[in-house]
Amino acid sequence: MTQSIVVQVGQCGNQVGCRFWDLALREHAHVNKKGIYDEALSSFFRNIDTRKNDGGASQITGGKISTLKARAVLVDMEEGVVNEILQGPLREVFDSTQLITDVSGSGNNWAVGHWTYGSAYRDQIVEQVRRAAEHCDCLQCFFLIHSMGGGTGSGLGTYVLKLLEEEFPEVYRIVTSVYPSAEDDVITSPYNSILAMRELTEHADCVLPVENQSLVDIVNKIRHMAHSGKGVSAIKKDCTVISSQGGVSGVEKPFDGMNNIVANLLLNITSSARFEGSLNMDLNEITMNLVPFPRLHYLVSSLTPLYTLADVNIPTRRLDQMFSDAFSKEHQLMRADPKHSLYLACALMVRGNVQVSDLRRNIERLKPTLPFVSWNQEGWKTGMCSVPPVGHTHALLALANNTCVRPTFMDLRERFGKLYRKKAHLHHYLQVEGMEQACFTEALSSLSSLIEEYSQLDATKGICMPDTSRLSIAT
Amino acid sequence: MSVVTVQLGQCGNQVGQEFFNVLCNDSSNAKDKHYKDCSHERFFREGPSQDLRARAVLIDMEPKVISQTIAKAVKSDKWRYGEKSHFCQKQGSGNNWANGFSVHGPKHEEVVQDLVRKEVEQCDRLTGILTMMSLAGGTGSGMGTYITQCLRDTYPHTSILNHVTWPYNTGEVIVQNYNSILTLSHLYQFSDAILVHENDAVHKICAQLMNIKHISFNDVNKVIAHHLGSTLQPVYSTSSSCYSRNPIGEFMSSLVNHPEYKLLSVRNIPQMSSTSLAYSVFHWPSLLKHLRQMLIANARMEEGIDWAVRARSVSISDKGRTTREPGFNKSLANLLILRGKDVSGAEIGGFKDPALYVPWLPVESAFSSWSSSVPFSGYEKSATLVSNSQSLLAPLNNMVGKAWNMFASRAYIHQYMKFAISEEDFLDSFTVLEQVISSYSQL
Repeated sequence: MTQSIVVQVGQCGNQVGCRFWDLALREHAHVNKKGIYDEALSSFFRNIDTRKNDGGASQITGGKISTLKARAVLVDMEEGVVNEILQGPLREVFDSTQLITDVSGSGNNWAVGHWTYGSAYRDQIVEQVRRAAEHCDCLQCFFLIHSMGGGTGSGLGTYVLKLLEEEFPEVYRIVTSVYPSAEDDVITSPYNSILAMRELTEHADCVLPVENQSLVDIVNKIRHMAHSGKGVSAIKKDCTVISSQGGVSGVEKPFDGMNNIVANLLLNITSSARFEGSLNMDLNEITMNLVPFPRLHYLVSSLTPLYTLADVNIPTRRLDQMFSDAFSKEHQLMRADPKHSLYLACALMVRGNVQVSDLRRNIERLKPTLPFVSWNQEGWKTGMCSVPPVGHTHALLALANNTCVRPTFMDLRERFGKLYRKKAHLHHYLQVEGMEQACFTEALSSLSSLIEEYSQLDATKGICMPDTSRLSIAT
Repeated sequence: MSVVTVQLGQCGNQVGQEFFNVLCNDSSNAKDKHYKDCSHERFFREGPSQDLRARAVLIDMEPKVISQTIAKAVKSDKWRYGEKSHFCQKQGSGNNWANGFSVHGPKHEEVVQDLVRKEVEQCDRLTGILTMMSLAGGTGSGMGTYITQCLRDTYPHTSILNHVTWPYNTGEVIVQNYNSILTLSHLYQFSDAILVHENDAVHKICAQLMNIKHISFNDVNKVIAHHLGSTLQPVYSTSSSCYSRNPIGEFMSSLVNHPEYKLLSVRNIPQMSSTSLAYSVFHWPSLLKHLRQMLIANARMEEGIDWAVRARSVSISDKGRTTREPGFNKSLANLLILRGKDVSGAEIGGFKDPALYVPWLPVESAFSSWSSSVPFSGYEKSATLVSNSQSLLAPLNNMVGKAWNMFASRAYIHQYMKFAISEEDFLDSFTVLEQVISSYSQL
């Protein structure tokens, strides 16, 4: 079995990360009733004998769970969030050697995060990651969690991404990036996002973009349904995707609901690599199947069931609804409409009590309604994991490489343009050592060409492309 | 005479486990002691406590499936795998044929060869090697191809039969057409025969004949295992009045009489759920009549056969021009295997009709039949037909067409180039398979 390391950078990255660790523990506790340290647990946790005072070097490979330590590196350039974690119920899963903090923050400035803190903390970060990597016997993947709008997550986060590529070229880099809302209170967020986008396009194996606004909408809708009484019978509060119940953190904090959604995304995407199933889908299969061209690696994700929760006995219709929902606008973690854009590829990762015939029936049913690129008309990848999420009988995560990411990127570019034309706040960036005006223009042209690549593919939608004439051979 | 099976990748291991289950259940229930002994000697060896150990090697690049497979075998309580006859790594091939072929294959060649050699050394005589894998994934297809190539070098005189599982048309692996064409084109060069099971066809059998509502991969694999078992279990040879000794060798010589044609498909009759089986009576003439039409009309099961298709290669239209009979599946060779009650009385003349075959081969070398009076797997009478025919032409053509379309846009090629498979390698594979398509369509 392989292992993964989570690198969480900045305030948002660390908050999402913590929800992930909490829910991961809940999930494993639910499956692993005997308290044995098994292969599934080992993918994200180490088992440490704390009685030996050797800095956690003595790992226990089999047997009972002693003390679990997260395979994580926590980076933030201010202390608030990380300190909160260290005082909270999750403190046990981290030790001080996994943390890298500063006191002054990046001031919402990508350049400060990327260049100033990047060069100052480079060695320390490499050292921490290397130590975490040494604890793995087969490190497969880094999960980087950060936000795009601020300074630390966006700037230092993408610096870390580059470092990971340099130091561990063989290990996959899957990045979860939280994109700012249009009404973001950080004025410079378009600058930060676009500077970060270039790094993501060049250095990540794949990016799971998540829009803040979509998370807000989903949380509001679930709360609304729960309170209005509509569908109360269908909602068991303790097992919605926004719920933390059953985790070790008792009190819910303001953003927990939103962060839990992202945490669930990460749990589902790794489920098939952790648990057994009749059709395994390992992490390295994600990029292989969903990334036809190296730069076009932005995957739109949707989680179902999201709003209603199934009972134990699911009629077929309800199961089919789960598949339909995965393609609706309301279930995307981005504000995007995949159904009316072009699919380059699509993966369905199901968990729980779903059979191959259910998958086949639904693919056949949905296929005619979804536009796929001419050369990938059958661009479906499926994975089946037998362990469902806590509180569910079944669940589905759909990952789509779809041209619907384009509007979000164009929107960002426009907001960037508004600031950049006036040269607003530019001097704050340019006074940082390592930062030049060219960084802005290059980042902008990188994004523009990405948008252009998606546009060109999108333009082929609906046009009937003739099959390429086949190779002729002498007979 | 024994057969060593090499199970590769998730699919290969899961199908393999069902295969040995079918073999073990069938032979343990058989009343004929010679049949039982012969089957056991062929596929199993004796373990330390006189239990049955499959003559098999399990290979995968990740551990989950292997441990599941081994555990399932132990749970059967009738047979198990050898203690040390498996090999797995921690990280799978990620659906990348190139990763399996160029990286994992060469890296683990020695260990795998060693495991196979140890199994081979435990056979009094080796009659053949059976490899099992899927075309779609990365380990089975890529590493399976590499390992077949190695086995060919090490065992130049042993027959190698590749069993491959052909992916569903849609929805397993997106790069499945690439992986499949790379596998098939390479296997074509050094395998003796490639026995194919299409998931789509088997899925339909599960739905329509076995009446399974929620079909799982287990159900699909069980049907494949049933087909393979009914093909490879012992048959009685009247000439030497004993159970035939060289199944894989005889299998090859019956079916592969020209190196251009190596793709084999299997049809089996009857197949039904065990509840209906208890209430059914079978007659040879009807079974064989259906089976013959299944062959002619290229149907995989006895339900929904097109009875209008006739065995004529050409028909003269009213304008005097010759046209091909639409829908007719022409054969190069067929092997009919009958098992059960009154086999000696079964009339098989219908399969010796020259109209079924190409004109350039005498019917005697195009058709062979085996039989055994021991009923197979609870079926009082059953017939299996293995064909080297045009049956796989359409799926192959379809697969190559889709892969070629994708290749024209160069999508996903960078993933293969990471592991030293170039555009030229792809072009070579396309060339090989276009040749195969052309040969089969000209039958």
